[in-house]
This record gives sequence, structure tokens and C-alpha cells, in this order.
Amino acid sequence: MESGIFFSSYAKDMALRRTHAQKIRLVLAIIFVVTIPWFASNYQLTLLNQIGIAAIGAIGLNILTGFTGQISLGQGAFMAVGAYTSGLLAKNLGLPFWVAIPIASFVTATVGAFFGIPSLRLKGLYLAIVTLAAQQIIQWVITHWDYVTGGVDALVIPAPTLFGERVNGEFRFYWIILFCLVLTIIFTVNLFRSKVGRAFIAIRDQDIAAEVMGVDLFRYKLLAFATSSFFVGLTGALIAHYRTIISWERFTIETSILYLAMIIIGGLGSVSGSVYGAAFMVLLPALLNNFGRAMSGTIPALDRIIPFLQQGLFGIVIVLFLILEPEGLVKIWRNIKDYFRLWPFSY
Amino acid sequence: MDQFLQLTLSGLTNGAVLALAALGFVLIYKASDVLNFAQGEFLLVGAYVMFALVGELGWHWSIGIVVTVLIAVALGVVLERAVLRPMIGEPIISLIMVTIGLSSLLRAIVSTIWGTDERAFPSFIPSEPIKVLGATVTTDKLWAIGIAAVFLVVFNLFFRRSSEGIAMRAVADDQQAALSMGISVKKIFAMAWSISAATAAIGGIIVANILGVSGNISGLGLQVFPVVILGGLDSIPGAVIGGIIIGLLQAYTGGYVGFGLNSIIPFVVLVLILMVKPYGLFGQEIIERV
Repeated sequence: MESGIFFSSYAKDMALRRTHAQKIRLVLAIIFVVTIPWFASNYQLTLLNQIGIAAIGAIGLNILTGFTGQISLGQGAFMAVGAYTSGLLAKNLGLPFWVAIPIASFVTATVGAFFGIPSLRLKGLYLAIVTLAAQQIIQWVITHWDYVTGGVDALVIPAPTLFGERVNGEFRFYWIILFCLVLTIIFTVNLFRSKVGRAFIAIRDQDIAAEVMGVDLFRYKLLAFATSSFFVGLTGALIAHYRTIISWERFTIETSILYLAMIIIGGLGSVSGSVYGAAFMVLLPALLNNFGRAMSGTIPALDRIIPFLQQGLFGIVIVLFLILEPEGLVKIWRNIKDYFRLWPFSY
Repeated sequence: MDQFLQLTLSGLTNGAVLALAALGFVLIYKASDVLNFAQGEFLLVGAYVMFALVGELGWHWSIGIVVTVLIAVALGVVLERAVLRPMIGEPIISLIMVTIGLSSLLRAIVSTIWGTDERAFPSFIPSEPIKVLGATVTTDKLWAIGIAAVFLVVFNLFFRRSSEGIAMRAVADDQQAALSMGISVKKIFAMAWSISAATAAIGGIIVANILGVSGNISGLGLQVFPVVILGGLDSIPGAVIGGIIIGLLQAYTGGYVGFGLNSIIPFVVLVLILMVKPYGLFGQEIIERV
């Protein structure tokens, strides 16, 4: 029966995986993600791919909102910047997707940093409203700059190829998404062990105190916007090449809200929470859809109201999580672990 | 000149509705520091309840308005009690997300009951073309401006003369001081939400009367943000003046410039205002000191 987890060296305390249980879970997770595509059906792979793409965006948003405390309602628009940049580079210049995606991510990082400039003067509610304006303005530019983006029409992107092979279908794209997701996770987890990441957290906890301690607020806030937008842009670019057809409707304020919901439900300021939240928000509507299709034989009216049920459930889930477990799925998972670690003497 | 007058009038109509929505928004923010992202859905609920009572059940419009307002008040009280009160003291992001969740839920409920198709609203306000200063306008717009103006005056009086209104301003000013003067802060929060829902419902009825009922009404909720930022988040006269300015600006850009710029111009104004004067025209400046 243990009374706590203690470390006798700094190296152990700084390690990313500190306990045996964590190491075992990591190995199990690796085995899972490598073997699952060989067994999963096409539909299950579609869901997995959607979760992977969403998780990258959720981690990106969590860097900004969960770790640095800057609320952004403009992630949908930043995602659109990534998607359209990557798509247009591949379509008009014929760049391969593995060149277009990084370029698009850097472009989005620049755009994100630009819209982060008001964050120097504005905090909290006011910043949320400015990013809302960014969302509307970018969306307007995309729908009205017909000459480049095709306006309200969908943008069709050539299917990605790698080493002369077409990367189409869920199975092949799975590995690309997995590669990007793993890089994102490794980068983010390490970011918060570095000086920059600690500066982000200091800004979240008390920005004035952080400045007194020598954190350059303007620089680090812009850096947070840029880093976050980089991954959000990466998500957008991946969506563009995964779907090979995109339109502005995929990147409205609803998308921004969806990603905020993911990190709230998963857990603010937690990388694993972002992944849980992404999985939850992708699976919930899918499960409801399946349920509706299964029941439509007995209740015919159900087919018509399924989209509304999804919307309503989305609202209810957000409200319930905020009231009952504001720290999200990560906290629930931790509670479960604590329960079993102390079992049968947990109270 | 004719076009100018036309645009001014439709701008004023739009502005009056925006002002009503913004008024409720400011009320909630003043009393409880919550940004209500569900304000547009309050408009939506008001419009559809009125539609159901008058259009589907065939009630007289005067009874319809009274019952709609009562339902809106009840909705405000229930939401405050069930959802917002447990959230007191939570960080800003949670408060924003909880109202976003509410907006999604309310929209889902409305579309489940009434569907998403646009329906004709049982117009109770006469809509005849008349000549005003040489321009042809329809009377329903004039009525809308008139109704909105009456409500704005009533609210102004309420805040200046009635003891409830003064108590509300006291809570907005300093919650602890208000508590020690014997004001029930919980009651004030519930009042803020119910009045806010009621004003929004009236705004929704006015919009629906002019444009018909559809899910698009809730889109007005987003346009409330430029209005309140322009006027100052915690200023009631600011909400009115901001609403009228944004309404006029939209009408003029829509009429003279085009390109769909009228949908985006409020947000450009919003960004500019925040860059230059973050607390708006009439908002209270908060200076942070260490």
C-alpha cells in the first residue's frame, strides 16, 4: 500500500513517464495505435482518422487557451487558413502534400500571431470577442476572394501522393495522421518542460506577476498564438488533403466552438486531455447517428431530428461537464486510477 | 436622397432590434459578469413562441406578446437557477462555454419542435407603404422603431426610479456593498436574466414580424458583440447608441458599397474600437494596478 509517489533524483522528477504504470500504459498505447488499423473496419478507421486530426487541433488550442490562458474563438478561421493555403499550394503550384502542409502551418502561425497582437492590451472577455471578430473577418475574406479561394464554391485538391504512390483511403492516410499526431504530442509535452512553456503557464496563472518576474508578456503571448496556430493550421492542412475537397462551411464559428468544447471536456491545460476530448467529441455524434439509424425503423420521425439531437446533446454535454466536472475527462480518469490504486481502502 | 432615407430607416429598425438585444446582454454582464452567447437564441425563442401562440393557436397578438414575455421571464429564471448559479466564481472560459452550450441546446430545442424552414409570421403590425419626407417606407419599420424606443425609455426609467432597478445598479457596482445593504444578490441575478430574456423576446418578435421566423434570427446574437463593445460592455445608454450606430453603418455599407461588406463591417469596427478605446464609448475603464 503506497502513500504517494516520491522521487530521489531530479532526472526522475523531470522524466515524462515517471512511474511503471505510466510506462506500461505508454507501451500498450503504442501497440494499440500500430496494430489497430490492421483489424479495424473502414468505418472505424474513418473515426480514428477524424479523432487523430481533431486531436492535433485540440492540442494546438489547448496550448493557447489551456496553458497560456488566452481564450480564442477564432480557431475555425485559422484552420481555414491552413486548409486553403495547403490546398492552393498543392493545386496551383503542384507542390507535394508533405511540402505544402508545413508551409501552410507556418503561414497559419504568422496569421495567428498577427491576430494575437490585440492580446497585449486585451484580456479575458475582450480577447474572446476580438478573436470572434478575427473568425468573421477571415471567413469573409475566404468567401469573397473568389479569384484565389474560389469563394463559396468548394476547393478540389489533387489526391496526395508519396513516393509515386497515391495516399488515398483511410488506411494509408492513417499513418500520416498518426505521424503528425505523435510529433505534435512529443513537441507539446516537451514544450512545457522548457523555459517557453513555463513562461506560458506563468502568464496563465497571473500575467502581471509573470511580467514582474521577467517574462516578456508581448513576446510570449505572440509566441503562444503562433505555436497554437501552427498546429491548428496543421489540422486544417491535414483536413484539406484527407478530404481532398474543402469549403468554407467546414471552418465556421461552430468549428471554433467545437474545438473549445473538446478541450473543456477533455481537460484544460492537459495534452492527454486534448486527445480524450477530441475522441469524445468525434465519437458522440457518430454514436448518436448509429443509434438513430438503428432506431429509425421503429421511430420514423427520428431520422429528421437526428441533427437537432446531436446539437442539443452537444449543448447538454458542455453544460453538464462544466457544472459537474469542470476539470474534464482527465480528472475523471485520474479519479478512477486513484480509486483502484488505493482499493479496497479508497474513500 | 430617397435611397438615403430608405437606408437610414432600415438601419434604424435594425439598430433598434440590436439595441434591444444588446440591452439584455449588458444587463447580464453588469449584474453577473457573464458574457451571454445565448442572447441570439433568446431572440429566436421569443420569435417562435410568439409564432406558436398567434400563428398556430390563433390567439390575439396582444395576449400573445404578454404570454411570450412571461415565458421568456420564466426561461431566464430557470436558466439562471439551474445553470448559471452553480458556475459563480468559475473562470471566464467556463462562463463563456456554458452560455455557448446553452445556445446550442436552445437552438436544438427550437428546431426539433418547429423545424428549420422559414415560415411566414402572423404580422400584427400593419405594413403599408407611406411617404415620409419624400421616401417610401413601410409602416412596420416605423412601428418597430417606435416599440423599441418605448421599451428603451421604460428600461431607463426602471433603472433610475424603481427600487429594483436601483438595487440592480448597486449589485453591478459592488456586490459586497450591495449585500451588506440588504440586497439579495441571487434575486438580482435572476432578475437580470429574466429581464434580459424578455427584452430579447420582444426584439425577436419585431425581427420576425419584418423578416419572418427562421433559424437565422439567432445570427443576430453575434452582431450584438460589436454593439456592446462600441457602446461599452457595462453601459445601458452605450448599448442603445451602439446598436443604432452599428445598424446604420450596416445599412449604408449594404446600400452603397455592397460585396456583402455589411455583414463584416461591424466586426472591423469592433477590432478598431478595441485597438483604440477598449472600454468603448461609455464603458467604465478598469485600470489594473499592482
